[in-house]
Order: sequence, then structure tokens, then C-alpha cells
Amino acid sequence: MSQIILAGIFGLLFGFILHKSGASNPQHIINMLRLKDFRLAKIILLSIGFSSLLLFVLSSLGVIDAHFSVKTAYVGVIVGGLIFGIGWAISGFCPGTSVAAIGAGGKDAFIFIGGGLIGAFLFMLVYGSIKNTALFDKLFGGKATLANTGVEKYTTLIENVPASYVAGGIALLFIALAFALPEKLED
Amino acid sequence: MWSAFRKKEWSWKASGLLLGLAFLITAAVVKPIGVSTQFVILDGIIWNGISNKLVVKDETAKKGYASTNAYLNKSGGKYAKNIAKPLNYSFVFVIAMIAGGLLSFITESKKDIPIERNTPKVWKDNYGDSHLKRYIFVFIGGIFVLFGARLAGGCSSGHMMSGMMQTSMSGYLFAIATFSAAIPVAKIIYRK
Repeated sequence: MSQIILAGIFGLLFGFILHKSGASNPQHIINMLRLKDFRLAKIILLSIGFSSLLLFVLSSLGVIDAHFSVKTAYVGVIVGGLIFGIGWAISGFCPGTSVAAIGAGGKDAFIFIGGGLIGAFLFMLVYGSIKNTALFDKLFGGKATLANTGVEKYTTLIENVPASYVAGGIALLFIALAFALPEKLED
Repeated sequence: MWSAFRKKEWSWKASGLLLGLAFLITAAVVKPIGVSTQFVILDGIIWNGISNKLVVKDETAKKGYASTNAYLNKSGGKYAKNIAKPLNYSFVFVIAMIAGGLLSFITESKKDIPIERNTPKVWKDNYGDSHLKRYIFVFIGGIFVLFGARLAGGCSSGHMMSGMMQTSMSGYLFAIATFSAAIPVAKIIYRK
């Protein structure tokens, strides 16, 4: 039961922050993808860098006991990502931002979710006939990370360097890039 | 504090740090954020409501549930179980996000007029004021996004944010793939 209460609190916070960041506004997503307005790109880079840095440093110090959940890398991640990218550019929504946007009353977000339910349904129907194809061939050994997560079932690709250095280095690169990008480009 | 609450949009730094904290805290306390799976769960709930034979109890399955649909049946009936019991962490999380978006919206001091909210300016600059056209495009976009996300096994939140936070290869692959398709498509569709 306490998990459900946590879900309510965390979901509320995440939706709130997503909307206040402007990520749920398709205008910002489309202009980022047109390479006209990098504000959202800066936000994404900073948030990944900041969370990754804290995640690995705090876990290595034993301050937090993080629940790592690494997804499998397979051919479908790339093919699905390409299909995702087309729809993302057309609509200006991702699944998460559309959910926050319907809270704010965006009608187009409602319609996006309607399309999304159809898209997910189509995948449910075709999955049975594609599950044994090369689309699901693993890459990099499947559940693989660059930095060591300390979870045995996950493959570590950079083994000889401490995890907080690997993840920390990448994180600092992301943060530096976030600061280096200009907010807006002039036409 | 209150003025930050009322602000329509935070600065990129504040947004990035708070968004990062949200991804970190959820991973530290429960599990990393992911959204697109819940589209499948909602589909399943609707489908099961119509047929009620889609998801059944199955003692032999790892999660205790099985489905006639191969996708819902995978991973020991994990999705089948979440459809049978929608009051679970991930589904409630996504429903609560709607309330978060609403709370953010009602506290805004300066609101967009409804037209701005339903059709972004960049759309109108390129395709005029027709809402219908935008709605058709958004609907098709939604089909692509969720089909792609399910084939990829995650979306911007699960792969890109939570994934790259953990330095997952799947996260980097997904991010590279989505941007390589999305940038040229956005440039072609939205020239102005």
C-alpha cells in the first residue's frame, strides 16, 4: 500500500516538474528538433548529468541503495527509436510529456494519447509474429552499462576504472555540454 | 517559494536540476521512471473489459497471470498481472502525473489562451490555423511514438533519462536513434 502512496506523490511531482520545465509544450520540443531552440536540450543534458553523478557517487559511498533497472540493448531499440523519432518530430510529444500536458488541458495531447493507445495496441498484435526475428537480437551483451552498477546480472563495459569515475566523467561531459549550448539560435 | 510555484516556466537550470532529482529519488526509493509501458496496460484494461478472457489467473506463470496475447504474456505474465491489478506502482505513478500537470497549470500566473495550448505556434506558422489538420498529424504521431517505444522497450523517460542516468547502452542507442530520425523530420515538416 505504501508503494501506491509513493506512486501518487512521485507521479504528481514528476508531472508538475515536467510541465513547469516546459517539456510538455510541443512548441519547445519541435523547436529543439529543428535546432532552433536548445533550452530543452540543456534541461535534458543537465538532468541526466546531475542525476547520474549523484546516483553513482552516492551509491558508491553507500548513502543510497539505488534500484538499478537496466534495460536490454537489442536491434529493436534502434529501429523502434527511429520510428519513435518520426512521431516525436511530427507531434512534439513523448509519452511522458503528453500525460503531463493533458493535465494542463491540452486537447492535442489528448489526441496524441488516443493515437498512442492505438500504436501500443498495434504492437501488442504484431509482437507474437516478430518476437523471434533479428529485431530482438541482443547488442553489447544485452543489459549492459558503461559504468559498473554493482549488480551482477548486468554487463559492465568499462571494467578497470571505478564506476563513479566513468559515470562521473560522462555526467560532467553532459553538464558541460548543457552550459555550452546556446539557449536560442537566430535564424 | 510561492513565486516559483506561480511561474509558468522555470529557468533551464532549475528545470534540469529538479528533473534530475526526480529521476534520482524515484530510482533510489522505488525504481526508475518509465511511462510508455502504461499505454499497454491501459490498452489491456480496456481490451480485458470488452473480452474479459484476455487475462486469466495462472498458478504456473511466474507472476501468477497469463494472457492469450503473446506480448502481455511475456516475462512470466508481468503485464497481464498489472492489467488484472491496475492499482500498482507504475500505473498509479502515470495517472498521478496528470494531476501534477494540472496542479502546475492551475498555479500558473499567466496562462496561454486555449488555442495556443491546443496547437503550437510553430504548427500555425507552417500550416495555418486549422486545428483538424494538427489533430490528424498528432494522432498519427502518437501511433508512431508508442509503436516505436514498445518496439524499443522504453521511451524518453525509461530509455533516454533513466537509461543514460545509469549509463545503459540501451539508453545511448535509443537517444542516438530518436534524434537521428527526429531532427531531419522536424526540419522537413517545419520549415518556418
